[in-house]
Amino acid sequence: MTKLPQDYKSVIGRKQEVMKNAIGIDYSKFESGSIAFDYEKMMSETGYTLEEMQKIQYSVNTGNTPVFELKNLTALARACAPEGKGARIFIKDEAANPSGSFKERRAANSVYHAKRLGYKGVIAATSGNYGAAVAAQAAVAGLKCIVVQECFDSKGVGQPEIIEKARKCEALGAEVVQLTVGPELHYKFILLLEETGYFNASLYTPFGIAGVETLGYEISMQCVQKYGKNPDVVICTNAGGGNLTGTARGLIKAEALNTQIVGASIDLTGLHMASDKSFNLKSCTTGHTGFGIPYASDPDHSDVPRSAARPLRYMDRYVKVTQGEVFYITEALAILEGLEKGPAGNTSLAAAFSLAQELDQDKIIVVQETEYTGAGKHVQPQLTFARQNGIEVKFGDPADEVPGKSIILPSHPSLIKAVDIDLDHIRRSLIKKNLKKYTANPTEDDYAYLAEETKKDIKWVKKAVDEIKDTLYV
Amino acid sequence: MIKKGEWVRIHKIILKSTERTAKLPEDTQKVPFEMWTKGFLLADAEIGDKVEIESIIGRHETGTLIEVNPYYKHNYGKFIPELLTIDKQVKEIVFGGEK
Repeated sequence: MTKLPQDYKSVIGRKQEVMKNAIGIDYSKFESGSIAFDYEKMMSETGYTLEEMQKIQYSVNTGNTPVFELKNLTALARACAPEGKGARIFIKDEAANPSGSFKERRAANSVYHAKRLGYKGVIAATSGNYGAAVAAQAAVAGLKCIVVQECFDSKGVGQPEIIEKARKCEALGAEVVQLTVGPELHYKFILLLEETGYFNASLYTPFGIAGVETLGYEISMQCVQKYGKNPDVVICTNAGGGNLTGTARGLIKAEALNTQIVGASIDLTGLHMASDKSFNLKSCTTGHTGFGIPYASDPDHSDVPRSAARPLRYMDRYVKVTQGEVFYITEALAILEGLEKGPAGNTSLAAAFSLAQELDQDKIIVVQETEYTGAGKHVQPQLTFARQNGIEVKFGDPADEVPGKSIILPSHPSLIKAVDIDLDHIRRSLIKKNLKKYTANPTEDDYAYLAEETKKDIKWVKKAVDEIKDTLYV
Repeated sequence: MIKKGEWVRIHKIILKSTERTAKLPEDTQKVPFEMWTKGFLLADAEIGDKVEIESIIGRHETGTLIEVNPYYKHNYGKFIPELLTIDKQVKEIVFGGEK
């Protein structure tokens, strides 16, 4: 066999073809040729029904995780809240999944699908919990697994949190290919797909995202059964958008139509995600604005042609919290509730702690995940690493935290304040990207599509398009 | 001498700084794009040699031999005294200050 050219440009040029072979989806059939594409058709034709997904997941010990009330943390929030305020805070203990996170749900479906289509192995590009989840599911299915991680800076130094995830992937039988910082991860990823012919267990396929629908569905069923009603608010940590998208779709399938869906990300404003120097100045490696905002405004810049994770379609509110707040709440969760969990998964808990104080005491707010903890992936090593990298860690007002320079642990829990992110700004950014990429003159179908993409009405979209058009080529 | 069949870690530069994508911050543009992986050594070699390995899933890869029997060194970090302050504070607020 003649070896194909290995240089960067040639390899990236083969992306579409490689991805088609590695996912088994012809995305072109959902395209309109203009801005619009048929998202629901893609989800229904290539995904699985809720019942099928439950069957797949329960057969590999995934899902059906408990929901419980955090009474002491609720008491702490009430001590900080105005009289009569302080909603009941609940958590869904997703760390109870085999590899320790909700990502197991996405992985269970992807690996099942890969096996059904006859692939011999799966590859996932992720520095997060998803790697361990794919490794775990591939282990059960008897498939081979490669996890590709962005792991080190140019000095070969890696975040302890990512190193731990590499260890876990290996412990579950995967080969872990570790890379330095940069978007060329996709270059190596494509080469590996070509070399092995394995399935691309992307985080963003319809079956991956549909896998999270069971999470939202379970939350509704469990809350109605145990507490007599659907949650008033569900908070999802938001990075690539799949967690929020899948959970919201599951809640809708359970007819929990009045539940407010809130996204939460750690504020890393100012740190460039592809910067070698900034890489180790982050003290959390996922669930932050560096992923959350770009993926919300441009879901299709992922590793598949059309991402199934489209959080703006479902998000009612988007808030940010600081690294210091997340570390504080992680410590409080351990000390008040006896639950030692990984910090990144507690991003939404920090937000819930703040939002609960806006709501009446009879309201229910559900934090829809926890993640496993361990060496490296824990408050103590993550703060140690921050200090080693010259980050100032101290008590104060977390509002003064400067990502990459300081981590400010709240000097009192009443200082934990989720800050609203302007969703309309992200919506307009999504529209602008579409106008630039496809056409500045949307069709009626395009307007209807953009209304769905932004959870707004067509009138709002038309006005936004008119305003943005004028700025397009300035 | 590291024997054929030993479990090793290799390192490889897969794109020189000049071969990288143009869409990079300046600091990243200056450094090469590097890779590390692990596998069974396919022929006797010394540290620093260019070698070929077979990974745990059977894939072959080449690179510079940098470690034999590699193991993880990450841990629970150093003592962070602030955590005890948080512990005392939240317990005091929720359960009161009884001695």
